[in-house]
Amino acid sequence: MSAILIATLVIAAVGAGAALALAIADRYLAVKEDPRIGLITAALPGANCGGCGFAGCDGYARALVAGEAANGACAPGGAAAAAEIAKILGVEASATVRRVALVKCCGTRSEAVRVGDYNGICDCASAAATAGGDKGCRHGCLGYGACANVCPKHAIRVEDGLAVVDKRLCIGCGKCVSACPRKLIELVPASATIHVLCANPLKGPEVTKVCGVGCIGCHLCEKNSGGKEAGHFTFDGFLAKVNYDNPPEDAAIVAKCPRKCIREDAHFETGA
Amino acid sequence: MRYLVIIVGAVLVNNFVLNRFLGCCPFLGVSKKTETALGMSGAVVFVMTIASAVTWCLDRFLLAPLGLQYIHTLAFILVIASLVQFIDIAMKRFMPPLHAALGIFLPLITTNCAVLGVAELNTKNGTPFFEAVLFSFAAALGFGFALVLFSGIREKLAHADPPRCFRGVAIALVTAGLLSLAFMGFSGLVKTPY
Repeated sequence: MSAILIATLVIAAVGAGAALALAIADRYLAVKEDPRIGLITAALPGANCGGCGFAGCDGYARALVAGEAANGACAPGGAAAAAEIAKILGVEASATVRRVALVKCCGTRSEAVRVGDYNGICDCASAAATAGGDKGCRHGCLGYGACANVCPKHAIRVEDGLAVVDKRLCIGCGKCVSACPRKLIELVPASATIHVLCANPLKGPEVTKVCGVGCIGCHLCEKNSGGKEAGHFTFDGFLAKVNYDNPPEDAAIVAKCPRKCIREDAHFETGA
Repeated sequence: MRYLVIIVGAVLVNNFVLNRFLGCCPFLGVSKKTETALGMSGAVVFVMTIASAVTWCLDRFLLAPLGLQYIHTLAFILVIASLVQFIDIAMKRFMPPLHAALGIFLPLITTNCAVLGVAELNTKNGTPFFEAVLFSFAAALGFGFALVLFSGIREKLAHADPPRCFRGVAIALVTAGLLSLAFMGFSGLVKTPY
């Protein structure tokens, strides 16, 4: 009987001692954290996508309180989270533009020339590292789905050798942007509807050799949208780019592109 | 020389994960990336060394005189769990950079079987204090060594193309088995005291 009693008492004493030590530690050693960090973390979506450039939502909340980050960098949270955070921090909310990923390539299997058969690991980085990949165009989508594999929302799928983003599901975290070995995914405003779906800056003949729908830099889109002064397009070498600060709105230019690489809301499911 | 034998014995010959099969949970759980494996290893080294020192004292000065060694498992779990909590709080206060690096792993190893196992082994063998701490430190190093090795292999495995039914945890378990088999080759390297 006494053996049980002693054992019980000793364990209880050890437990009580540990509890006391923890209570004292919690009281006197606790770090005083800014309560706003917890509040902001709660206001953020908690997806820990890393799209803001910080290690998770908690990291972003700390940076916000420390004044090292700008409010509005959270794409999944959007304007609602930004407004909430602004209230907590006591500053004005800056308007957030919802951004979605755009795969700047429209060279499907029938349009783009394949120069070889790739039978390796089904991954874009491996394919790109194997003699430059099986696609003739060195700037085009390889279609092995590296972007689709990293997408936390399963918003990307590969169709006809081409990655396609579902605009409704995309949260604009930017993981696909860094996953793409060809660097042809860009975050664009969700409100923009007209896009140049090509990333090949080479001269016309070089492009036409490898792709039926590659941009040759003919500047027709620029002319048809009001000329250089209107500023709807910029050019990088022989590649047209939409100026997303001032995007074109007239859908007529889509039909006038001789290479058919300007598409309206292409690659996006309609309904934002 | 004796200390060297203890270290080699704990790291290679009787590796905690691969020969004693203790701590398999974190071994499979946090070995997907080398970065997290390193963080986990650091936390395990820290906790195991301190926990073994504390449990050795608890066993020698409280449980043994009262003849209560038969409940040491219970007492150890209690003490180690609170100790880890305490370290967590103290580290946050006094060593914020270390807490930032190891903090999230500390709750994960609250009395995991490797930590408890090392305390058990120390009391069972009647090891002197310094040797017990050294053995625990070396055992934790061995655990970290195995974890980092395994995470390196798993990072490569992510790009391998095994048959569908083997993907993920299945191929990881097969790999762990092969790694363990390789470590069996170290048996007989030194005659270990523990």
